[in-house]
Amino acid sequence: MTADHLRREEWAVTLPSLGWLLALFAAPTLLVFAVSFRPADPYGGIGAGWTLATLREMARTPLGPVIARTVRLSALTTAICLALAIPCGTCLARVAPRRQAVLLLLVVVPFWTSFLIRVFAWRMLLHPEGPLKRVLVTVGLADPHTQLLYSEPAVLLVMVYTFLPFAILPIYAAAEKFDLALLEAARDLGAGPWGAFVKVFLPGIGRGVLTATLMVLIPALGSYVIPDLVGGPGQDMLGNRIAQRAFSDRNLPQASALSAALTLAALAPMALAALVQRRPPALEAAARKEAA
Amino acid sequence: MRRSRWPPVVTAAVLVFLWLPIAVLAANSFNRSRFGSSWEGLSLRWYRALLADADTWRALRNSLVVGVGATLTSLALGTSAAVALHRHRSRLQRLHYALVYSPLVVPDLLMGMSLLVLFVALGADLGLGTVYLAHTTFCVSYVAMVVLARLQDFDPSILEAARDLGAGRWTVVRRVLLPLLAPGLAAAGLLAFTLSIDDFVITFFVAGPGATTLPVRVYSMIKHSRNLPAINALSVLMLAATFTAVRASRRLLQEDRP
Repeated sequence: MTADHLRREEWAVTLPSLGWLLALFAAPTLLVFAVSFRPADPYGGIGAGWTLATLREMARTPLGPVIARTVRLSALTTAICLALAIPCGTCLARVAPRRQAVLLLLVVVPFWTSFLIRVFAWRMLLHPEGPLKRVLVTVGLADPHTQLLYSEPAVLLVMVYTFLPFAILPIYAAAEKFDLALLEAARDLGAGPWGAFVKVFLPGIGRGVLTATLMVLIPALGSYVIPDLVGGPGQDMLGNRIAQRAFSDRNLPQASALSAALTLAALAPMALAALVQRRPPALEAAARKEAA
Repeated sequence: MRRSRWPPVVTAAVLVFLWLPIAVLAANSFNRSRFGSSWEGLSLRWYRALLADADTWRALRNSLVVGVGATLTSLALGTSAAVALHRHRSRLQRLHYALVYSPLVVPDLLMGMSLLVLFVALGADLGLGTVYLAHTTFCVSYVAMVVLARLQDFDPSILEAARDLGAGRWTVVRRVLLPLLAPGLAAAGLLAFTLSIDDFVITFFVAGPGATTLPVRVYSMIKHSRNLPAINALSVLMLAATFTAVRASRRLLQEDRP
C-alpha cells in the first residue's frame, strides 16, 4: 500500500467522528466563551455586537458564597469518596475471584441505575416523615424538629453516594495490579503497618487515586441536580446559577459567562494532574541514584 | 502477614450504603401507603397507576426513539474512530484522541449548556432532533473507548493474513473484523443505549418544551411532587432493566476470554 493510499484510508475512518466532535463538542465549548462577550436579547436569544456588559454585571452580583460552597462541597465529596474507596477498592482487589465477581456487580449495578432515581430515593429516605428520621429520633440522635432534607449535609451525603463508584473502580483497578509482596518486604525491612501503607501502598496505587480524584472532583464541580433536589434555596451551587440564568432569566450570555468560569475551574485539576503525573519518573530516577 | 481488618468492614458498610436507598425504594413500590412512612400492606396499585399514565408512556416512547437513533449513529461513528485510533499513529490521531476523550471528563452541565448555546446561535428548533444530536455526541466517546479496548485485545496479524490469502478490503471487514468485534460492538451499543435512556442534565438543556424523555418526566414528577409513589414503581422496573443490561454486557465481554 502506498503512503498516499494509507493517508487516504486514515482520513476516511477519522473524518466522521472528528467532524462530528469538532462541530458538536469543540465548537460549542469555544462558543460559550465567545457568547460571554455578547449582549442578551429580550427574547432569550443572543444579541448582536460585542460587549463587556455581561461580565461587568456578573462582577456586581455576589457570587462569592456560591463559588465557595461549590468548591467546599466538591473538595469534601472527593476527600470522603477517597477515604471510603481506598479501603474498599483494596478489599475488592484481594478477595477470591468468585466473590470478587459478585462484589464488583454489587458496586456496578447502583452505578448503572438511573441517576435521578437514586437522588429520588434519598429524598424519600431523608423526608421529614421518612424512615431515616424515624430511626434517628427513636435512637435519640435527632429530635423531631431536625431538618434532614434541604440542607448542606444532605447535599454532601447524596454527592458522596452518587460519585463513590467513580472512585472505587479506578482504585480497585490499580490495587489489583499492585504486587502485595512489596508490602511484606516493607514490613520485613522494619516499616510499621501505617508506614508501609503510606510509603509503599499509596504511591503504588497513585495513578488509580489520581484518576479517582479527577473522576469525582470534576463532575462534582458541575453538580446541579443534587443541590436542586435535596438542597434548600440557600444551597445553590454554580451549576444551579447557570441553570437559573439559562431557564428562569433566559439570559444566555450570563449563563455562558458562568459556564466559561466553570470550564476553567474544571480544567484546573486536570492541569494539576498532568503536572503531578510528570513527577513519578523524577522520583524513580532519584531512587535509582540513591540505590547506586 | 496479618491483614488489617479495616478494608472488609469499610467495604461492607459501603455496600450497605449503596444499596439501602434502592432497597427502601423497591420495598415502598409495593407499599399500599402513600408516603411510605409505614407499611400498610402489599399492593400493586402504584404499578397500575404508572401503567395508566399516558404522559409517562409518551416520554418512554421519546426516550426509546432517541436512544435507538443515538445508539446506531454513535456505534457507526465510534467504531470508525476506534479503528482509526488503533491502526494509525500520527499527529492527526493525537488530536482525534483528545477530542474523543474530552467529552468523558467534561461535566454534563457544561456539555448541555454549550450545546444549547450552539443550537440557539444556529436558530435550530429545540426538540427530539437536538436531543438526538446531543446524545450521539456523548455516546460516541464511550463507544470508541469500549471498541478500542476490544481491538487492542486481538491479534492484528489475523487481518493481514486474510489480506494475504486474497480477501478484498470489504471482505476483510465483513468476514473477519466485524465478527471479531461483534461482542465489543454489542456491549458498546448497550452502554450507549443505557447512557442515552438515563441522561437527564444534557437532555433538559437541549430538549425544548415538547420533547419530554423519561428522565425529564421523572424530574418534573419529583419537582412538582406529583404521582410520587408511581416513581417507586417506575424505578423498580428500570432497575430490573439495568440489571439485565449489566449482566448481558458482562456476558458479551467475557464470553470468549480464558
